[in-house]
Amino acid sequence: MTENNLVLQAKGITKKFPGVLANDHVDFDLRAGEIHALLGENGAGKSTLMNILYGLYNQDEGEIFINGKPINISTPNDAIGHGIGMVHQHFMLIPVFTVAENIMLGAETLHREKEAKSPLVKLDRREVAQRIKELSQQYGLDINPNAIVGELPVGIQQRVEIIKALYRNANILILDEPSAVLTPQEVEDLFRIMRELTRRGVSIIFITHKLKEVLAVTDRITVMRSGRVVGSADPKQTNQQELASMMVGREVLLRVKKEASNPGEDVLQVDNLHVRDLRNLDVVSGVSFDVRKGEVLGIAGVQGNGQTELVEALTGLRPTKEGRVTLAGKDVTGKPPRTITEAGLAHIPEDRQRHGLVLSYPVADNMILNTYYLSPFAKGITIQQKAVDDQAQRLIKNFDVRTPSAYVTASKLSGGNQQKVIVARELSRKINLLIANQPTRGLDVGSIEYIHKEIISLRDQGVGVLLVSAELDEIMALSDRIAVMYRGKVVAIVAADKVSRDQLGLWMAGSNPD
Amino acid sequence: MDWKRFGFIALIIAVLFTIVVLIGGKSQPAILIISSMLGTTIAVATPLTLGALSGIYCERSGVVNIGIEGMMLAAAFFGWLGAIYMSSIFGFQALPSLLVGLLIAMLTGGLFAALHALLSVTFKVDQIIGGTVINILAVGVTGFLNRQLFFEKGSIFGGQVPHGPGTFTTIYIPIDKAVNGLCGLLGSDCSVAAKAASDVLSQKPIAMAAVLLVVVSHYILFNTRWGLRTRAVGEHPKAADTVGINVTFMRYANVIIGGALAGLGGAYMTLESIASFEPLMTNGRGFIALAAMIFGNWTPFGAWSAALVFGASQAFQIKLQLFRELIPAQWSFLQNAYVVGMVPYLLTMLILTGIIGKNIPPAADGVAYEK
Ligand SMILES: Nc1ncnc2c1ncn2[C@@H]1O[C@H](COP(=O)(O)OP(=O)(O)OP(=O)(O)O)[C@@H](O)[C@H]1O
Ligand SMILES: [Mg+2]
Repeated sequence: MTENNLVLQAKGITKKFPGVLANDHVDFDLRAGEIHALLGENGAGKSTLMNILYGLYNQDEGEIFINGKPINISTPNDAIGHGIGMVHQHFMLIPVFTVAENIMLGAETLHREKEAKSPLVKLDRREVAQRIKELSQQYGLDINPNAIVGELPVGIQQRVEIIKALYRNANILILDEPSAVLTPQEVEDLFRIMRELTRRGVSIIFITHKLKEVLAVTDRITVMRSGRVVGSADPKQTNQQELASMMVGREVLLRVKKEASNPGEDVLQVDNLHVRDLRNLDVVSGVSFDVRKGEVLGIAGVQGNGQTELVEALTGLRPTKEGRVTLAGKDVTGKPPRTITEAGLAHIPEDRQRHGLVLSYPVADNMILNTYYLSPFAKGITIQQKAVDDQAQRLIKNFDVRTPSAYVTASKLSGGNQQKVIVARELSRKINLLIANQPTRGLDVGSIEYIHKEIISLRDQGVGVLLVSAELDEIMALSDRIAVMYRGKVVAIVAADKVSRDQLGLWMAGSNPD
Repeated sequence: MDWKRFGFIALIIAVLFTIVVLIGGKSQPAILIISSMLGTTIAVATPLTLGALSGIYCERSGVVNIGIEGMMLAAAFFGWLGAIYMSSIFGFQALPSLLVGLLIAMLTGGLFAALHALLSVTFKVDQIIGGTVINILAVGVTGFLNRQLFFEKGSIFGGQVPHGPGTFTTIYIPIDKAVNGLCGLLGSDCSVAAKAASDVLSQKPIAMAAVLLVVVSHYILFNTRWGLRTRAVGEHPKAADTVGINVTFMRYANVIIGGALAGLGGAYMTLESIASFEPLMTNGRGFIALAAMIFGNWTPFGAWSAALVFGASQAFQIKLQLFRELIPAQWSFLQNAYVVGMVPYLLTMLILTGIIGKNIPPAADGVAYEK
């Protein structure tokens, strides 16, 4: 290894948070023009390391070198000044701003040095739009500078993030789980863009939990576990199984084992359901299906075809326009969420930070959000703290939630561990139906294995499961029957063992099933 | 700010004006009633406009400020005190005394705002509580000093309120001459129109400044770097932080700018509207200003138009008083000052119900930023 083509080096980086050693003497480097994958379990410390490189956190120990020179990065401005750009795990975009405003923010006068001092300098939207056009042509990142960011699909929002970094002349790009929320097509696009970037001399750090992607697109792999670097690998000489074991420190089953299902009577019946969005357009139009006890019904589909609204309507979070929903024999159409929950529904929502957790509450409180008013957690109008504590300890242990304690706020947990808190809560009581929307998004292979096992074991205990996922692999691995949604309609329902991946792909893209 | 809202506002103002014209039309040309009412509307809307602008700067940067009322009250008192000091102790002329008072008022607003920023940005105290602290502090301090300075024997002013420098005078805009001249060329007489134009445009300096500041604030907020960054820290401070914007600085600066504007609103009350201070004289204007800000969806022009509605309802009250004798018997309830006095407050409630459309505050409004 020649030292001189290292654009970035981090040596002995250590970072402590109260109760956690998030980075423990981590060494990491990046060569010019390469894509370097950083793998690791949830909470391994990947985002922490990247946030240190980007100046959002300051390390307790350790040094950072750019092109061999030691540098000091204590604010994002320092990092930007040294050509580091970062696309964060949770996007750092302002939804009500336009694309151009988001991109120029903080670098408004990049092209007009002499006026840079005055805070009242007029924004030159035309100049910025021009430069965005140039960048998007150069790298094949198609974008409309005047679109409002909040109205764009996630894949496009991510482009905005990438252009934001390029706009600041970044030549080191950190991508923290960029593919977690993308559709397969968007992932393909992202890879194309990444290759284009490296061809033009940008070096990329790529964090992901999807081993397939790692093998497909990266030049080098480094694996972290519990704050430490535990190994590295060459993507040409390794395989998914090996990487998974290296990450988790044990053998991992990449595809859950399951017996044939033994379905009973219907637990959920959905009959001609219509749901409208904010603009009063039908986003779910006349959907009918049922889920039986002891089976997993998977809903496949490209994101944005009504799955989100369907789930919200079924769980009482969104009004239904027309149709009927029956859960365990009870008509629950348009009923409030608590009534539906009490009829035996567990719900793992799509957006864990917005709908799954109260981020500013302690983990323990988050774990009883659905049952806090019931015995043993409540007696009359008082919360029984002892019972809450016991429950929290039990769930943290059973579900292997990595947290310094049950009393840190949920916001302090890594993304994957936040998801585990939700799963633990939802599965901690007796249920008839589980609705899981993207249940393993952003989770590491070990946690995916765990959640998949839980879902199958629930199924085997006679619970009905409605699984919504944008991951075709996940749908195929877990489902007994598969429904495909396209433009607000269920276009096909088939037995999972009677259909090919390609066929599903075609239906998802809108080709007619007959 | 959408056209529906502006339409709603125009409608209310038109209704208020029409009632007055119907009542007073017999004694004066309608156009003069309307113009003088419009002039009054703009003038009395001044503290509301400035208060609303104050709120916009604060809340656009993510800091809820319910202390505007207190900032105005304190500024009204200290500005007035400063002016009196200058004129009666140091013997300055009226205008320089008033200008010093104005400066002190704005500084007072800024200082109280700095306290609010310290509480809510640095110490992350609940911002509603921070604002309440400001309000209580202002009532206490002004009430106490007012009594000590003016009503205690042996105080610097000898236990009585001295003759102050009066108030700012109207800045005469020669629009009437222009109109008359123009009409003269055409050979027609339009002295009524000329007077009407002059009624509307000739205002006192703080009222004029307020209107100017609406335009300036709109420009700053939506067309400059400062504005973009201000809105960014109010929407998503973490995103702003990741592109190198100093969230703490932006919030402090905007809250203090807002405080100075509230201070200007306070100065209007004791240096421009009437030449005296009374305890609690802001009388809820700081809160009505917040309602105007909300109705205007946190935009300067929207807030200003809402402030004008309140201004119009006050002008309505004033005019009805004037035309008291002319009110027809079946409308006699309008003679009751309490009924008419309720109008601004009823409008506040109506507006805040959101029947005109949803008001969307900045996403991080009121939330302290934690890295
Ligand atoms: N701001 C913080 N305060 C306290 N603890 C934190 C903070 N940020 C992260 N941690 C802790 O540091 C550890 C590493 O977290 P980090 O976010 O770096 O993990 P990660 O590898 O990115 O995981 P994931 O794949 O789930 O995103 C976790 O145990 C997390 O709880
Ligand atoms: Mg992470």
